[in-house]
Amino acid sequence: METVNNLLFGVYPYIALSVLALGSILRFDREQYTWRSGSSQLLRRKQLVAGSVLFHLGILVIFVGHLVGLLTPIAVFEYFGVPHMAKQLLAMIAGGIAGVFGLMGALLLLHRRLFDARIRKTSSFADIAILALLTVQLCLGLATIPVSAQHLDGSEMVKFMTWAQGIFSFQGGAAAYVRDVSLVFKAHLLLGMTILLVFPFTRLVHMLSAPVWYLNRRGWQLVRTRRDMTQPKRR
Amino acid sequence: MKIRAQIGMVLNLDKCIGCHTCSVTCKNVWTNREGVEYAWFNNVETKPGVGYPKEWENQKKWNGGWVRKASGKIEPRMGAKWRILSKIFANPDLPEIDDYYEPFDFDYGHLQTAPELKAFPTARPRSKITGERMEKIERGPNWEEILGGEFSKRSKDYNFEGIEKAMYGEFENTFMMYLPRLCEHCLNPACVAACPSGAIYKREEDGIVLIDQDKCRGWRMCVSACPYKKIYYNWSSGKSEKCTFCFPRIEVGLPTVCSETCVGRIRYLGVLLYDADRIEAAASVPDEDLYQAQLDVFLDPHDPKVIAQARLDGIPEAWLEAARHSPVYKMAMDWKIAFPLHPEYRTLPMVWYVPPLSPIQSAASAGALEMDGEMPDVHSLRIPAKYLANLLTAGVEAPVITGLQRMMTMRCYMRTKTIEGRIDVPLVEKVGLSVAQVEDMYKIMAIANYEDRFVIPTTHREAAEDAYDLRGSCGFTFGNGCSGGQTEFGLFGKIKKPAAVPTVKEA
Repeated sequence: METVNNLLFGVYPYIALSVLALGSILRFDREQYTWRSGSSQLLRRKQLVAGSVLFHLGILVIFVGHLVGLLTPIAVFEYFGVPHMAKQLLAMIAGGIAGVFGLMGALLLLHRRLFDARIRKTSSFADIAILALLTVQLCLGLATIPVSAQHLDGSEMVKFMTWAQGIFSFQGGAAAYVRDVSLVFKAHLLLGMTILLVFPFTRLVHMLSAPVWYLNRRGWQLVRTRRDMTQPKRR
Repeated sequence: MKIRAQIGMVLNLDKCIGCHTCSVTCKNVWTNREGVEYAWFNNVETKPGVGYPKEWENQKKWNGGWVRKASGKIEPRMGAKWRILSKIFANPDLPEIDDYYEPFDFDYGHLQTAPELKAFPTARPRSKITGERMEKIERGPNWEEILGGEFSKRSKDYNFEGIEKAMYGEFENTFMMYLPRLCEHCLNPACVAACPSGAIYKREEDGIVLIDQDKCRGWRMCVSACPYKKIYYNWSSGKSEKCTFCFPRIEVGLPTVCSETCVGRIRYLGVLLYDADRIEAAASVPDEDLYQAQLDVFLDPHDPKVIAQARLDGIPEAWLEAARHSPVYKMAMDWKIAFPLHPEYRTLPMVWYVPPLSPIQSAASAGALEMDGEMPDVHSLRIPAKYLANLLTAGVEAPVITGLQRMMTMRCYMRTKTIEGRIDVPLVEKVGLSVAQVEDMYKIMAIANYEDRFVIPTTHREAAEDAYDLRGSCGFTFGNGCSGGQTEFGLFGKIKKPAAVPTVKEA
């Protein structure tokens, strides 16, 4: 049992993160033509407008919440005097609301993808699979809320923070922190790592290209020249 | 002053016969692939009509092009950068494929494989997206061919603005013209401005606007931003695609495929020199001044000062020579008979149109032509001048009327010359031209020899590239070296299913 726990929560995270990093770099380098959002709005607008907006906004809030919540060193919270209980309540309420939004969006999108002939026929296996995985993950995430409600002191949450920070700081034995948590948490963690594992092989890579830099672009027009810009201009 | 050169195009609508050869040859070269079956980089519309995609000229609906704000500054009609970015999850201004048409093919195979039947077998349509049977084709790329469909639908045409259009629905008063359309390769492209990835760019050397297929992430803002709806989203590759102005041909001095194959010889290609520093100001003037402001961006290639500055800005000598013989410069700037398409979109389009002359409206009923001196009055032409002005000069009629008069003058002058053997100088001077200019107009527009229509200097790649480095390289690929340019290997989400093959037999 100890070995299985070690493999799943001590070794698997490293496999997933390595594939995530190397796969994304390789795909960006070798197959950038396939690097896109894969929008299907052109083929069917119905259900996409509400579905996509709800899904993306929900997921973004959850994503930032997980990133900050899990990876901020515990000492930082202690320094600012944020009690674990308050943090857990915030995570449950904000995460719960965003999760419901995201799930509504995901269900709209999944229904559209499976039952709209145009979208179904133009979907790859990965398109359907990743949407299904994300929907299940949203459900699992929401299912953890009642369990969390039984440990309002935040002690369970601290275990996950210690585990995640242990993984990222290469501490051996990090898997032990999550050995005794509820099964629904374990499922959520495993599926989460699996999503990271398949990330480079799906359309999810488009989030790495989120064009926030556009807001900072000066002027409107772009011109490219063949002239060698390193050479001084002929005068 | 910063001088740049661009290859511009003129289409002489007076000679367009609507044969669609340009569209078909373009499609065969560029868009006969999965994902862009519905896309026509070049299409020919019958006007009046709502066009392809539906009502593309209605910018209240699609939010394309630029708007001039109260401050006199311009910004894309879609809004400031943050507003464009806020549409990224679901773009409310994006047409659906049905606004173009659902691409289809016919079960031709059935004609050969059908068993013996009482009736002849037929080739029924099948969707190219789903592969399923289509019971009814709702729309096609040329749905309004030669005034097809009801006037009530066609008359939604935006160019009827300010015109009592009801009378043009009557058979006796109806009019039509063809409008071949392609990417305008604008000086102030709205697609470039709206692309959040920065994948769309204008080439400094020849002005061609291209989409970097590797950098495009499929955020699809360009489709909305382009007021001409000439950027198409490839639903298979998830990238936007557009007319490339056949740049591989242009670079070696050949005309674009649409120009090369035009049987009516209506297309012209030539170099224009423009001042890049004047673009923003020209795009920001009030509507009624837009046509003139756009003309003022272009520079006289015969002016020694312009030539000197152009050399400093690195424009090759061959391009300056070509600019002096440019048919586009002559028609648009010198004779002023070619006009930009919808200058009110403020993109400063670089494909120009010579408006069509049309039969004299009242001649048949009155038994006599209304004459303006020796010439028929252009106001009595069947196509209302206001309609052409809405299409070509943001609603200002005077330049269009002058253009039509000049074209008619050329005909009268040549008729007098060949039939009466007389040179009618006053006729020519009345419309502000010289005899030499009219003779040149005749040579370029009526005779339209190949070398007069296409004056294209080759690209001087030797100035930018070391050919030694390129030896043995693999030409065009999608960025993955010499691996064949195809990404059929399915690891990264490419659809493995073959495209719907329309030969499936029905049970």
